[in-house]
Amino acid sequence: MGAADPRALVRDRFGLDAGGAPPRLSVEVPLDRWVDFARFAKHDLGCHYFSFLTAVDWKEQGLEVLYRIENLDDHLDITVRTKLGPDAVRCPSLTDVYRGADWMERECYDMFGITFDGHPDLRRILLAQDWDGHPLRKAYAVDTPHAPYR
Amino acid sequence: MEVKTPVPQVPPPVWREFKDLQEWERYHQERPQDDKHSTALTEIAETVHQFPGGWIVTASVDKVLNWARKSSIWPVTFGLACCAIEMMATFASRFDVERFGMVPWASPRHADLMIVSGTVTIKMAPMLRRIYGQMADPKWVVSMGSCANSGGPFRHGYHVVKGVDRVVPVDVYVPGCPPTPDALMYGLLLLQEQVAEFHQTGSRPRPTPPGD
Repeated sequence: MGAADPRALVRDRFGLDAGGAPPRLSVEVPLDRWVDFARFAKHDLGCHYFSFLTAVDWKEQGLEVLYRIENLDDHLDITVRTKLGPDAVRCPSLTDVYRGADWMERECYDMFGITFDGHPDLRRILLAQDWDGHPLRKAYAVDTPHAPYR
Repeated sequence: MEVKTPVPQVPPPVWREFKDLQEWERYHQERPQDDKHSTALTEIAETVHQFPGGWIVTASVDKVLNWARKSSIWPVTFGLACCAIEMMATFASRFDVERFGMVPWASPRHADLMIVSGTVTIKMAPMLRRIYGQMADPKWVVSMGSCANSGGPFRHGYHVVKGVDRVVPVDVYVPGCPPTPDALMYGLLLLQEQVAEFHQTGSRPRPTPPGD
């Protein structure tokens, strides 16, 4: 399954330049190719291991979602990232491709408030169901009162 | 004639119907007044106290009862975080709190003391409150470590209760991160002094640490 040159393959199929050195790549994909790229990486690059999915809040530039997948046989890691744009919170879900994305996306929804379209069971996973706000947003005030213990 | 045996209808476990513990907690409210005790004994004591010379009886009975209380404080086995490791060391043979009459007991119904050993998160606070409500009166709370005292290093986090005294009344605070078993034992000895002065009514006395 080992792709000879994953960077060339990415350039052929998506027209994107992957950054980083070959065992550890980093790709920024547009939002509409988000799931396509995951499917491509899983089936063509052999990245079957879904390491993690998280997000970054770049304040006025909006949220950035990223996931990392690995090909454990050929030692290839790819970090895939996409910008959601300012004030946008919708992102397609990867659960159709990677089952392991389920809880990661729930956690990401919990902490950043990103709505993953197509997720089977999108609700809070770590915080209480009646929690106000999403704590890892930069705009979240840490002193948000949470009755009755604060 | 054939008699059909009734098919037992086994109800499903209740917790399956709830999404999480918070919702479960909302449906199983704790006792409305959780610091409740029987007033019968208090009334008898008051009656005896009214008789001339009755105070001698009540005072000496109080002394005996308090001696019994302070000599057998049973802490409920309740560890929250890394402080619980030090608490376990205190309970174990090297430091051996059993010589003070303390037996770590795995049921809040039989326990007199709750050692809050570790970080109390906002999600954990209702459960802690519930365990405290399940303990029989009179009961005491020792707050162990910086996290339980004030939130500690997580005080500015979004999910930590800033001191367990916002959830349950605390009698002795043991500082440290985590406190050594010696520190916890010192706190427990202070608690014993406090229990020796216990009265059913009125405010609880503060312990006075012996200084130089």
